[in-house]
Amino acid sequence: MSSLLLDILNGPEELQPGATNPREDLAALTRDAIAATEDFAFDDDLQLTLFCLFELHYSGIDGTGADWEWHPDLIAVRRLLEQAYEAQLRSIVTLPELPEPTSAAVAGGLFELTGADGGPSMSRYVAKQATEEQIGEFLIQKSIYTLKEADPHTWAIPRLTGRAKAALVEIQADEYGGGAPDRMHATLYAQSMRGVGLDDSYGHYLDSVPAITLASSNLMSLFGLNRRLRGAIVGHLAAYEMTSSLANRMYARGCRRLGYNDAVAAYFDEHVEADAVHEQIASRDMAGGLVESDPELLEDVFFGAAAAAVVDTWMTGFILDAWNAGTSSLRSSATVPA
Amino acid sequence: MSMCGSDAHGGAHDDDAPDDVTALDGGPARSTSRQTIVAFPDGPLLVRGDFDIVDPDGNPLRRTRKTVALCRCGASMLKPYCDGSHKMINFKTEPES
Repeated sequence: MSSLLLDILNGPEELQPGATNPREDLAALTRDAIAATEDFAFDDDLQLTLFCLFELHYSGIDGTGADWEWHPDLIAVRRLLEQAYEAQLRSIVTLPELPEPTSAAVAGGLFELTGADGGPSMSRYVAKQATEEQIGEFLIQKSIYTLKEADPHTWAIPRLTGRAKAALVEIQADEYGGGAPDRMHATLYAQSMRGVGLDDSYGHYLDSVPAITLASSNLMSLFGLNRRLRGAIVGHLAAYEMTSSLANRMYARGCRRLGYNDAVAAYFDEHVEADAVHEQIASRDMAGGLVESDPELLEDVFFGAAAAAVVDTWMTGFILDAWNAGTSSLRSSATVPA
Repeated sequence: MSMCGSDAHGGAHDDDAPDDVTALDGGPARSTSRQTIVAFPDGPLLVRGDFDIVDPDGNPLRRTRKTVALCRCGASMLKPYCDGSHKMINFKTEPES
């Protein structure tokens, strides 16, 4: 499926007379694959296909025509994949008891949800025992999202109003460096990657990462690119901000334990301080403000936050299982410097 | 998309508002031209607006963002800034009733 999609993107839109339409073949293949898959979140081909379709809306795919972004045949395939992924999440993600639709109660509910024990901890592992090679893998896994950090949540800006919008913009402005390109979080992350000898070009490690890593990124694009799901993308961002400060302190500690310099740790150091600011704005003003203005979005705010926790717990579990078994968490480890 | 004149466009550009606007409905009072300190329950003091953070001699402290969160639980390792430690120590701003 993903290779057929890349063939389509590299080919012309017009079909030869009498030729079959490869976009129809792609849709048929996609339907069959969705019907056959045992676990959408862990299905490499489905997640990669969805990732590539989403990517048309971000920086695009090198060498392919920019017109494909809104081609109705590809949007139709994207919708099939989005519906299947959302259906899986809706059936698996358990919602907490929903609070009153007030800012204070929503913030309280989110602090409770994100403070609950989420199972095995990546940050503790990185702080205490990850090897140099595992730190490299960790940075690769995280790079799929982090080299475009904040972008999926930015889609929500024009879909919010008032207090929630002002809060989201305040957070995003900080994510993008507050006007200083070298302070942009994605730029700091690229610096960390270079500092440990990795390639920081966007998408370089796409073929190395497992489905669940793509699923974590696709979750944000799904929520961010559908206005209907603006409650979920707001909940997702709140959950990310509210679980970040303490985890990033541990990641920075892991980097320094292995002797990496401040340039490598800078991304993590920045998040300790930044997200201590963001979590307050995200929980009360953004999530709470959204629910106060649109009380019917209460459930989706919590769905988004809970889904973020579920998918990232799966991703952490996948990576730690591999490491505990003495193997690599990547599909091919050839690209990790020894 | 709602039409012009609906609530969706209500009063977003209130540049001439006086500085001491206070929200009476419990919503956030976001003044545009002065500083605000938001005291978050069980959390830090969020300082927003135009201000300097200096040491006792008046020298500016390291600062990398416009809006800052100042530690008030005492446990931060990044003082004067918050680093999220209040959650680890279960800091409460209100006494247990």
